[in-house]
Amino acid sequence: MGIVEIRNLTFKYANSDKPSLYDINLSINKGEFFLITGPTGCGKTTLCKCLNGLIPNSYHGDFSGEVIVDGLSTKEHPVYELAQHVGLVFQDPENELFCTSVEKEIAFGPENLGLPRDEIRKRVEEAMAMVGISHLRERSPYELSGGEQQKVAIAAILAMKPKILVLDEPTSNLDSLSAYSILNLLLNLKKEYEMTIILVEHRLEIVAKMVDRCAIMNEGRIIAIGDPREVLYSDIVESIGIGIPKIVKLAKRLKLSSRPLSSSELANILKVKK
Amino acid sequence: MIEFHNVFFSYQPDKEILKNINLKINKGELLAIIGPNGAGKTTLLKHINGLLKPQKGYVKVLGMNTKETTVATLARHVGFVFQNPDHQLFAETVEKEIMFALINFNFPEHEIKERVERILHELDLVKYRNKSPFVLSGGERKRVALASVLCYDPSILILDEPTIGQDYRQKLNLINLISKLNKEGKTVIIVTHDIEFVADFIPRCIIMSDGRIIADGPTEEVLTNSKLLLENSLLLPQLVEISLALDINPPTINFEKLCSIIKKIIEMKEL
Repeated sequence: MGIVEIRNLTFKYANSDKPSLYDINLSINKGEFFLITGPTGCGKTTLCKCLNGLIPNSYHGDFSGEVIVDGLSTKEHPVYELAQHVGLVFQDPENELFCTSVEKEIAFGPENLGLPRDEIRKRVEEAMAMVGISHLRERSPYELSGGEQQKVAIAAILAMKPKILVLDEPTSNLDSLSAYSILNLLLNLKKEYEMTIILVEHRLEIVAKMVDRCAIMNEGRIIAIGDPREVLYSDIVESIGIGIPKIVKLAKRLKLSSRPLSSSELANILKVKK
Repeated sequence: MIEFHNVFFSYQPDKEILKNINLKINKGELLAIIGPNGAGKTTLLKHINGLLKPQKGYVKVLGMNTKETTVATLARHVGFVFQNPDHQLFAETVEKEIMFALINFNFPEHEIKERVERILHELDLVKYRNKSPFVLSGGERKRVALASVLCYDPSILILDEPTIGQDYRQKLNLINLISKLNKEGKTVIIVTHDIEFVADFIPRCIIMSDGRIIADGPTEEVLTNSKLLLENSLLLPQLVEISLALDINPPTINFEKLCSIIKKIIEMKEL
């Protein structure tokens, strides 16, 4: 069984006339780096909210099927308990940050769990080290750049020690270099700490080569799932209008027999030595 | 039609944000300004609609010196769509939001109706007309902000980070709209971090860094200068990265051109 198991999940918001998710079935393995992408309004954010139990616990609507994270059914466990197993990072870090220093921000979650002082201190140190922001500890989150703020938001979630990290378009308000730095950080969390990472992201040209598997969503359904080399090179992806990496377009146009996802892979295929 | 002449500006003494900016933009141009955070891009834009006035030098817009012209007068000619739509949206419904500027500029009632209708269709907002802008998604709110400016038909359009929160298809819609407006004679200035968007669609590109303009020219020239881009913390366009990896010199941002170069490499090596 995967660390995340979704079975026949259908959800309709109370004020909506049709479901945002239709019959989703998905199994994600421990330690997997899993990418979800798709056009705006396809249900990605709703799916994220199902993963940490915000749906069905805090949103009204019709929920059917089952979501099991780290062995816990989200229907049967409260959000604060699920938060210690699965952490959710949102698009805009400004909406999540509110403390006067980075350290306090990161300590907030563990404090609310009522942990002993030493444990809190230890977790804050670890979380800052994991994302590489120990040098920012005394700064106010508001004077940091967008990329640094997003790292603080990620550290604040890591301090809850979740096994699963879910990120909903964490780079969409960032410039491309900061985005690159955040996405590399996620790859490192997977490699160094064996975290399971579920990432909703549009920057396929950066993440395609990092992830183990990806799923494409459209109109509330998963329409393709598998190795990014299979999925991104399939024709279905082009038809729903998502931003396919240029390397893929190029390889398809040139009718190459292999499927590169990075420029260095292409250089190898073409036997160009630098 | 827009001219910056030896422009200096600082918010605090001793910390100059714009350092001797010289810039000419002709009527009907479509151009992008890129550069790292804090380069002075937004400060420069605010000089075009007169929100900020130069401390040294001058800025002329359509022949008007911005120091001698009110923001209200300039606003009729210079439409500004901010990076964060929440900084400009405030009305109860999308429709009222769009009508606001039209009413303020004293357009006749029948024309207000007609313009609102047209712009709602053009930006795919018809289904939201009676909704509050604040229940919409970030990408949708951006389109509402754009609609509220486009409706009064300013001849200069300034877009600060228009592609944020837009997916690929919406970006294509956006560039189609921008190209259409540009063909109708509007001058369009875009500030963005989205280097792919610039590489694919925008003919002229300016790079700002540390308060100065450090490059200004055809996009194909500016964005293939990999050394300059990397020195200024800018990520290379995907096609430039591919060009470099394949040792193609000079690199290119043109997809078709790169395809034919690679075809030749394949033929030469008989792969």
